[in-house]
Amino acid sequence: MKTIYFDNNATTKMDEQVLEEMKPLFCELYGNPSSMHTFGGQIGRRISKARAQVAALLGCEPGEIIFTSGGTESDNAAIKGTLAALPNRRKVITTRVEHPAVLAVCRELENHGYMVVELNVDKLGRLDMAELEEQLDENTALVTIMYANNETGVIFPAEEIAALAAEKGVIFHTDAVQAVGKIPLDLKHSNIDMLSLSGHKLHGPKGVGVLFVRKGTRLSPFMLGGHQEAGKRAGTENVPGIVGLGKACELAQKNIKEENERVKKLRDKLEQAILEKCPDCRLNGDKDNRLPNTSNISFEYIEGEAILLMLDQYGICASSGSACTSGSLEPSHVLRAMGVPFTAAHGSIRFSLSRYNTGEEVNFVIYKIPAIINRLRELSPFVVK
Amino acid sequence: MWEYTDKLKDHFFNPRNVGEIKEPDGIGEVGSLACGDALRLTFKLDKNGKIQDAKFKTFGCASAIATSSVLTELIKGKTLEEAAKVTNKDIADYLGGLPEQKMHCSVMGREALEAAIENYRTGGKKKHELEGKVICTCFGVTENEIERVIRENDLTTVEEVTNYCKAGGGCGGCRGEIEKIIEKIQGDREKEKQIAVPQKATTLTNIQKIQLIQQTINEQIRPALRAHGGNIELIDVEGNKVIVAFRGMCAQCKLAEFTMKDVVEARLREFVSKDLFVEEDKESAQQPHNHMT
Repeated sequence: MKTIYFDNNATTKMDEQVLEEMKPLFCELYGNPSSMHTFGGQIGRRISKARAQVAALLGCEPGEIIFTSGGTESDNAAIKGTLAALPNRRKVITTRVEHPAVLAVCRELENHGYMVVELNVDKLGRLDMAELEEQLDENTALVTIMYANNETGVIFPAEEIAALAAEKGVIFHTDAVQAVGKIPLDLKHSNIDMLSLSGHKLHGPKGVGVLFVRKGTRLSPFMLGGHQEAGKRAGTENVPGIVGLGKACELAQKNIKEENERVKKLRDKLEQAILEKCPDCRLNGDKDNRLPNTSNISFEYIEGEAILLMLDQYGICASSGSACTSGSLEPSHVLRAMGVPFTAAHGSIRFSLSRYNTGEEVNFVIYKIPAIINRLRELSPFVVK
Repeated sequence: MWEYTDKLKDHFFNPRNVGEIKEPDGIGEVGSLACGDALRLTFKLDKNGKIQDAKFKTFGCASAIATSSVLTELIKGKTLEEAAKVTNKDIADYLGGLPEQKMHCSVMGREALEAAIENYRTGGKKKHELEGKVICTCFGVTENEIERVIRENDLTTVEEVTNYCKAGGGCGGCRGEIEKIIEKIQGDREKEKQIAVPQKATTLTNIQKIQLIQQTINEQIRPALRAHGGNIELIDVEGNKVIVAFRGMCAQCKLAEFTMKDVVEARLREFVSKDLFVEEDKESAQQPHNHMT
């Protein structure tokens, strides 16, 4: 059975060209870049190249790139490192819809006496900018707000937030794991102080990520040990991962425009067809201000995990904000923050596409979905015929 | 991805006895859309008092649908006395086991059956109602129900109780109470502690007292307030006076005074010292708050 992979916000297929770039670094060029000998030292040039490739995609200086083990480490390092560098400020501003890599860290800070403000979003998942402005004060150490939401694809006005924070002299970090490679960035002309990204979300390898730290930003190192990454992140470099991520960034930069136009067309076709063909379903999130690849749709009266298993029978991969899929008992915190009724949150499905998806795949999913929805609704006690 | 048995997948993809019996002898409805699963069970008796037919309609995940399907298969041909003996464990065993976090699906099946039998015995008048004190307000689970799943499945941790009947799986504010129910039932049995309930010490130094107050706020009070969009911050401790500030929803809440006495002070007295009293920090109440719209 062919796999139809519509779960690209979870992870992506690695590009074959990325793999080719990584291959020699396992068994041939396996040296340690910190070594004195030529064999190890030559690896340093590979890392420099990757650093330049990432910087080119982000529009920043190579010296502002710190390689990490992934998005979660980048988020942890940004938040904890900023607070450690600013011990007199005791307030952090974030949102209710952040990824757990940010939200769980902030909630833990509360237990250590920090005041954490979680900004609200409206029904379409849009941020309350007036509330942000009201909350920014001289006690605020950090604003950490995602660039684009992983569940709904809704894009926050990161530049506006950055400008507000800069005006008040507050550090702004953004988790841009879902945005990098999908939205063009230009950090040189930006007030963003720190930005997290992850390799495996843009057709790069897993286990590698980046924290962009603007030159002059105060940050205490998160990992202590050796002098790697200019003393900002200790630990022998994940050389194949870093080289692969560099290549993935180069490819993303080359393809970003036409890919996203094509992916957006596929996404729109899928979304429109589902909304037309299936009664009692709704789109979650701000339709006009979203990532081009993401669509989050709620099917009333039925439950997401059951839908996913039915899709899985046909090799179709998607994900759900239902409680049952996560093993927790409550549905997605993102959808609940948006005021999506429980009834719809339990039946939410996220489709997230990539450059490897085709029109044929979209047609196949459009063809299969209505029957699956009907079948589960026949089982539901809430559907009255 | 869940590890489902082939038998479970079979009952999910090919559920038996789907539907609703017209003019049933008994009808049982449990769960709700908000809870994430719900089941409506109907049955009809033959002239010998045996269950001639049973049908179900279920909203929920694959295991909720499969357990409902199995329930109808298990009770068909049984008298009501025999059917009443079906336990959640029988349903799970029939499927070759359920993932731990899905055990509540089998409990829902047993509850629907009980509700349907009760409905029949009261002449179709009585609908299933909650009996006893509600412990978990997020999922509406009563003390009776929690005690029952502990006894029937020999549960020893709060996490297990959550897996079997959802209690404690929402805001988490009732986990301390569930812990106490487990203790009451399991007595002095040796058990693993999943939730660290602060232990009340006889004499505390000032530092120990403040740490215990902070711990109690973090573990016993904040989760419950957060579930309603609120938050709490410990400002200071002066002797037995604990000064706190409410944030978020709690800050504008007219019930804040009630919350303070009922929740905060009660928990602090229970876990730290019975001499403690709580005051709200007036200064911080003047600050702008994280309001909900």
